[in-house]
Amino acid sequence: MKFLIATILTALLSFAMALFFPWWIIALVAFIVAAVIPQKPLLAFLAASIAIFLLWGAQSYLIDQKNDHILATKVADLLFHKKSYILIIIVTAIVGATVSGFAALTGSLLRGAIVHTGRNKEGKELQ
Amino acid sequence: MRIVLLIVSATITTFLIFLLNTSIAISGSKTPRFGAFLSPQNGFWQNAEASNVDFNKKFTSPHLGGKVDVYFDERLVPHVYAEKENDAYFVQGYLHAKFRLWQMEFQTYAAGGRLSEIMGKGKAFLEKDRFFRRLGMVYSAEQSLKTLEANSVTKNELDAYTNGVNAYIETLDPAEYPLEYKLLDYKPEKWTNLKTQLFFKYMSYELAGFDSDFEMTNARNIFSPADIEQLYPIAPDSLDPVVAKGTIFQDASHLPKKPVNADSTYFHSPAVSDSTLIPQPDKNNGSNNWAVAGSKTKSGAPMLCNDPHLGLSLPSLWYEMQISTPTLNTYGATFPGSPSVIIGFNDSCAWGVTNASRDVKDYYEIEFRDSSMQEYKFNGGWAKSTFRNEIIKIKGEPDVTETIAVTLLGPVIYDKKFPNVLKDGKYYALRWLAQDASNELLAFNKLNHANNYADFLDAISNYQCPGQNFAFASKAGDIAIKQEGKFPAKWERQGDYLMPGIDSSYAWQSFIPNTENPAMFNPPRGFVSSANQLAADKSYPYYLAGRPFIYRGIIINRWLNRLSNITVEDMQQMQTDNYDVFGEVARPLLLKFLNQQDLSKDELSYIDKLKEWNLRTDYNEVGSTILDKWWRRLQKEVFSDEFAKTNLPLRPPDNSTLLEGLLRDSTFKFVDNISTPQVENLREIVSASFKKAAKDLDTAKRNDYLIWGKYKNTGLKHLLNIPSFSSLQLEMGGSLNSINANFRNNGPSWRMIVQLTKDTEAYGVYPGGQSGNPGSRYYDNFVDDWVKGKYFKLLFLKKQEVENNDKIKWTMTFSKA
Repeated sequence: MKFLIATILTALLSFAMALFFPWWIIALVAFIVAAVIPQKPLLAFLAASIAIFLLWGAQSYLIDQKNDHILATKVADLLFHKKSYILIIIVTAIVGATVSGFAALTGSLLRGAIVHTGRNKEGKELQ
Repeated sequence: MRIVLLIVSATITTFLIFLLNTSIAISGSKTPRFGAFLSPQNGFWQNAEASNVDFNKKFTSPHLGGKVDVYFDERLVPHVYAEKENDAYFVQGYLHAKFRLWQMEFQTYAAGGRLSEIMGKGKAFLEKDRFFRRLGMVYSAEQSLKTLEANSVTKNELDAYTNGVNAYIETLDPAEYPLEYKLLDYKPEKWTNLKTQLFFKYMSYELAGFDSDFEMTNARNIFSPADIEQLYPIAPDSLDPVVAKGTIFQDASHLPKKPVNADSTYFHSPAVSDSTLIPQPDKNNGSNNWAVAGSKTKSGAPMLCNDPHLGLSLPSLWYEMQISTPTLNTYGATFPGSPSVIIGFNDSCAWGVTNASRDVKDYYEIEFRDSSMQEYKFNGGWAKSTFRNEIIKIKGEPDVTETIAVTLLGPVIYDKKFPNVLKDGKYYALRWLAQDASNELLAFNKLNHANNYADFLDAISNYQCPGQNFAFASKAGDIAIKQEGKFPAKWERQGDYLMPGIDSSYAWQSFIPNTENPAMFNPPRGFVSSANQLAADKSYPYYLAGRPFIYRGIIINRWLNRLSNITVEDMQQMQTDNYDVFGEVARPLLLKFLNQQDLSKDELSYIDKLKEWNLRTDYNEVGSTILDKWWRRLQKEVFSDEFAKTNLPLRPPDNSTLLEGLLRDSTFKFVDNISTPQVENLREIVSASFKKAAKDLDTAKRNDYLIWGKYKNTGLKHLLNIPSFSSLQLEMGGSLNSINANFRNNGPSWRMIVQLTKDTEAYGVYPGGQSGNPGSRYYDNFVDDWVKGKYFKLLFLKKQEVENNDKIKWTMTFSKA
């Protein structure tokens, strides 16, 4: 359940914040979501990756469909010398997913570190 | 352990973001910032325009005085109806920016020597910037802007246009920046009136920026004056000039005097040494235009046709539109970067241009007292230089300052820090007509408003540079052509070579009054035409310095003499004709002097194909490739021995020079190979060059470019040279000697045919599309039709017709805020 919430929240917030902020806002969103919602680091990584993979993938897929693949084909040719619109959609999704995933991983680990330190502190005080 | 993991993860994240947010230099070019570029909400995806995009829009601005309605037809051509004329120019600026912002800005960066600012460190860009600064582009544009702004008509027009461009730029969110800004990672800056003048100066560079003074000087140092006349004749024998032979010209009112020492000092001079490359505009920039009188047309109304040949680029140089106000109704090709219609028509007349190809760019050798360039020898004493500092900004690098000494004969373009192609270590000042203040916009403004021939003459009298052949036709039944521009009155061969600059004796003495420029009005033959050939024969009293083409002019006049009852279809067929007059004259000569008995079977097969060739340079023809290869080899065989006397650049003689030299006399002096003891005759040279050409043709065959269309390889290149944004290897015929003149990246940039019947009937097409966005279906949607020689019927609509026209797809309304 937490996994699903983290995924949806990351995707929604990334979409909304990107209306006002540069592209790297997806990292900040993933980081905060992972820091707030307690999950194992690996799951946090996956949730954020999947969120942005789907968000960026779906967005670029829809834009590309409406564009009759004109620009995606040209950009794929420019960057990879392959006239493949699917390739550039996948690359877009993976780049976004990787950034978001690592940001979430960092967020989750940070939460862990703080909570851990907090517990240690609490323990010490109890003694 | 957790802390270590955290640090590693944080480092990877930061590094990833940093990497994806930085543009990286790879082998000379820079990558975009990939994170930003790939982001669907900010990056290139935002430029992928939906194929059913809706261009309807309402826009308000405090700069507007009234209402403007814009109707876009199905080809995305806007028909602008404004209550006030300046509002129309505001909207023209807005639309140019909306559809072509990146291109119009990039062109002015190039013109103003600012490419390094956006392209970053790269020797090629810096050298280009230095060159344009030294040409004095910015200074000349500033001077011309003063002239333009001193005239209230053009000032108001340009102010409105600039406001329109900026009104669009202000609405732009970074996500909406044109794609190229995202690729190169920079932002649009505010448009200024100066940028429009810079654009005009760039056109002067493209069309009147060619010179071969250094190469010619090198030739003069090797060859005798008699040889020079043979290699670089002033006028070809088969010239069919713009103004027909036999025309009587009035005597020159300003006859320039040749300096007394010219024969000893100028026509012979000491030698020089070693070479680099200085950018030159494409010498193939040329054009055709003609007008036929009603006596020759089926409808009885005059017709005007024009196809300017320029560098073929994407986004296209042209943007098509109609501008209509209570005082103006005009349609045609406009320059993104400038208001007004440049080539087009209005309710009463039509006009078109071709390049005059006159030499208005000369150099003077300046003798400075020392390398500080503070003082130079002039008129028997020492004159003081002034200095101009040009600061070139380089992205991510410290600025470079280019210090240019300015003399009475012009700015010093070549010095120790910027050597010329001859690398002679000398100083040369540049005198170039484009340096002069001028107001070309006034000429176009007046042409757009012209009602009759008198208006036409008045309009173009404001035009200075680059000199053009203006063709004209009106509904009143008049046709005319005039070579217009500001041209220095030169003595014969003045400025063909570098000139001495120690006094004013070699300076331009005066300008030809524009009433004495070559012109023709309603000639008995019923047509006027031009195709970059010389404007007149030797009876014209001034020296027509320049480098003319001749074969297109011959075929155009042959067509026009032959045709009667001319229809629009005839003109379309003629404008896209691939017949090659050069081939018609050269083929029999080559075949006559070929020793056929020595040829192998394979070699003979090429000869058979050449004999069968129909003299048309169609896409699938092989004959034209054979002729071209053979001719190139022959040129080499004839001239390379004499030209081997120097390692420095020389100007290759024109094709017509060799052809006419051989036709006149088969013992043409240069035929003999001077590096061998025996005397070669033409038969040996022609046969030897064919054998070499046959080897070239074998290579072409193996690599699949034997057919003419693949060999000449016409294509439209994106301004940044990005292949996937270009339209390359087009399946089209034509050659530089055909009316359908195209080769590599040069060709007809706007084909237009206007029949001046009561209701104007006009046709046109240009290689490109109305949108400059590579992600739009309107980016290159005219290209296929252009390649096939098809035309669009141009919708020249009255306001009351436009609303119900079924070809109108979108509307924009602009009103006062």
